Amino acid sequence: MSSFAQNQLYETFELNIGPQHPATHGVLRFKVVMDGEYIVKAEPVLGYIHRMHEKMAEDRTWNKFWPNMSRLDYVSAMAYTHCYAGLVERANGIEVPERAEYIRVITVELNRIQSHLLWWGVLVMDLGGFTPILYAFDDREVILDLLESVTGSRLTYCYFRFGGVYNDIDDDFITGTRAFIKQLRERIPMYHKLVTGNAILIERLEGICPLSAEMCRKYGATGPVLRGSGVNFDVRKNEPYSAYPEFDFDIPVYHEGDSMARYMVRMDEMLQSLRIIEQALDKLPEGPVKADKVPKVLKPPAGDYYYAVEAARGTFSMRAVSDGSNTPYRIKLRSPTYSNLSLFEEATSGMLLADALAFMSSLDLVIPEMDR
Amino acid sequence: MDELIRLLSYFVGIAAFLGFNLAYLGWVERKGAGHIQRRNGPKEVGPYGLLQPLADGLKLMSKQLVVPAAADKPLFMCAPVLAMVPAVLLFVVIPFGDGLVPRQFNSGLLMMFAFASVAVLSILMAGWGSGNKYSLIAGTRAVSQNIAFEIPMLITAITIVMITGTLDLSEIVRYQDGGFWRWNIFRLDKSILMPASFLIFYICSMAETNRAPFDLGEAESELVAGYHTEYGGMGFGLFMMAEYANLVIGCSLTTILFLGGWQSPFGILPDGPHWFFLKMYFLVWCFVWMRWTFPRVTLWGLLNLSWKYLIPFSLVNLLLTALFIKVF
Amino acid sequence: MDTFMDHETIKNELEKLANEGLAGAGQAADAPGSGVQADESDAKSKQEGQPRQNGLIETDHAARGFHLDVRISPEQVVRAAEILDRGGFTLETITGVDWLKENQFELVYDYACTGGKLFRAAVRTRIDRDKPEIATISEVFPGANWHERETWDFFGIIFTGHPQLERFLLPDDCDFHPLRKDFQP
Repeated sequence: MSSFAQNQLYETFELNIGPQHPATHGVLRFKVVMDGEYIVKAEPVLGYIHRMHEKMAEDRTWNKFWPNMSRLDYVSAMAYTHCYAGLVERANGIEVPERAEYIRVITVELNRIQSHLLWWGVLVMDLGGFTPILYAFDDREVILDLLESVTGSRLTYCYFRFGGVYNDIDDDFITGTRAFIKQLRERIPMYHKLVTGNAILIERLEGICPLSAEMCRKYGATGPVLRGSGVNFDVRKNEPYSAYPEFDFDIPVYHEGDSMARYMVRMDEMLQSLRIIEQALDKLPEGPVKADKVPKVLKPPAGDYYYAVEAARGTFSMRAVSDGSNTPYRIKLRSPTYSNLSLFEEATSGMLLADALAFMSSLDLVIPEMDR
Repeated sequence: MDELIRLLSYFVGIAAFLGFNLAYLGWVERKGAGHIQRRNGPKEVGPYGLLQPLADGLKLMSKQLVVPAAADKPLFMCAPVLAMVPAVLLFVVIPFGDGLVPRQFNSGLLMMFAFASVAVLSILMAGWGSGNKYSLIAGTRAVSQNIAFEIPMLITAITIVMITGTLDLSEIVRYQDGGFWRWNIFRLDKSILMPASFLIFYICSMAETNRAPFDLGEAESELVAGYHTEYGGMGFGLFMMAEYANLVIGCSLTTILFLGGWQSPFGILPDGPHWFFLKMYFLVWCFVWMRWTFPRVTLWGLLNLSWKYLIPFSLVNLLLTALFIKVF
Repeated sequence: MDTFMDHETIKNELEKLANEGLAGAGQAADAPGSGVQADESDAKSKQEGQPRQNGLIETDHAARGFHLDVRISPEQVVRAAEILDRGGFTLETITGVDWLKENQFELVYDYACTGGKLFRAAVRTRIDRDKPEIATISEVFPGANWHERETWDFFGIIFTGHPQLERFLLPDDCDFHPLRKDFQP
């Protein structure tokens, strides 16, 4: 226990937060030992939505595992299916046509914006401001409608196939996306003016729970949590995959490490995603959207493979061990939320309860992704 | 006999007013919240959702009042009632118009503050009596919040008393006659900081009634529902009604002390209760507006605000007013 | 970031560590140096029915997803973690694999360098399936705490020295380890 905890070993009481609770974004339970309003020890208890996707992978063929991938993190499902597609294509040596790569990037970035909008609305709602979430969802509806017109699903996408995507995008999608880019570019400054500049919000986020880069490294935290602590690491830039090398975009990095830094990282990321989508739409090449000679039954060579993508919450990576048959021997899903939350216990020792909950919101947790 | 009839008619009138308000302030809040959030608010039940409060009332009355096994039963049952009683009682002193007050008290202001303090007890009783740690935390938070914000409120009220020289609410309103610029909020000749003290009083009444952004007692996203987590049916209904009643009282008090009560601003319409209601409902609307705009402050932010900013400021204001009265 | 060792040094240290284990394990001194393709060696060893020997292989990132593939003995896990910690690496995940036919569990530790140029190292080790014990690296990388707990939960691999080896994702009263290949539901 930290030194704070050691000095407070009297008159503590144990509080149980969750698993059903308005603030935990999903079914997450905390066993909190408290001294008045101060947290002595907050231990997350997981497993309430554990569905054992890794075992399911061993029973299904490579093709049949697709739907599982989007059920992991349903808010940012496109990136997860992107990782799986990339993994199996890497294992089998399948080449993806350029147009498909561009379409993949466009849909993944739209998905990322949608995930950050949800996070923003929920963060402010957790802090007590019930209005911004409805504005965020308004924008989100546009994205969901766009993606539904192309993929057929609003939330859990099964759009990618090995070798490309299954459905080409049409002109309605392109005009709709361009209109949306314009709309969001006007809305985000409005959100900054109304919400980010609010004195109460600043008081609740600034200086709350600063995480050092070293702590993030020790716990394996990635994504906006890491970038809010000053480390410039984004899989899209450091380990480029898919069509990302073709686009010109920045990685927002803030150095304070507090909740406000993480907040600003995600807000800026939305604008950067808009840039990527715009460039992708401008440079969209013609061509097929699916590779021709993809075998129906995939049997990757024996060995293990690794693939990492930048999901909305951090580095999502998969390790697949194949034994040459048509079902995976072992698939390991490395979810960013899992590593991001593992530092919760150490970070919140000695914090006030309301601050800890605001910190949790700034970590952007999605519990099904964590529990798999 | 006349007196009895007068009292009875006031009794019926206030009961009706109260009932109407408690039901329909909820409607105003939900419609207001809806439109601020770019949606409609209640619209199904009755035209524009006007029968929604009736439906809600029926729902609450038909629900089972579950008493948790670990609860302290007498405290648990008394708390909602105790929340309601002071709020209703205080309507006895509020002057709706010239002479339109159920009972003339020369220390009406004092009575207001005395009963408002009792309301805090009910929160603590609810928090402790629920036998639930969340409620307890919320109850203690609400108590420290209420105590902290009563002080600047009292100091600012004392400022007004110093100016008008009386604790009688009707007299305070009569003191402000003579048009818009003689309302206490604009009486810069009495104290240069008068508008500021209006703001202090308004903020404190927001905190006293546990309204957002000061609603730590019911902090929904942190503590489920705070001190009324364990209440269902009419127990919860009583707490909600008490909150709205306190809201009306707070806004009425602000109107009386600062905005001239029933006085008309520029002689547009004659003085009367309609002006009182107009001003009061304007303030109520501002409460609703602020609830849906701002996030919630933290407990220590709240207490800092009170102890470090509002209290010194109101004390300075008090001294300044005393100076002005003596000198000018 | 300046105090971290650079990738070349890390590679050499890991190679030294792995070859130490090689000499001690008494296996055929067919030390694979850099330049041998990973799949070739794997395929060869699978043909011969033997697991791969200790050593370091530089892999093609585009083909496999990581830059270094290091095989060490179970006792060297903590030292490898310390080397990588000094290199500024972060632990991404710990994967357990159940090789039923060879009666072994394999543990793969995935490390990535987040500061500066990307560099991924996969450190693997094999332990006996009948007595699955290995030292914990949660002293070096606190993030390993949860990964090891999950691996125990799914496979039954005991991490000696772990502060809290309890059920994590599965229910508390579970008495089986589902990801084992001989698990019958």
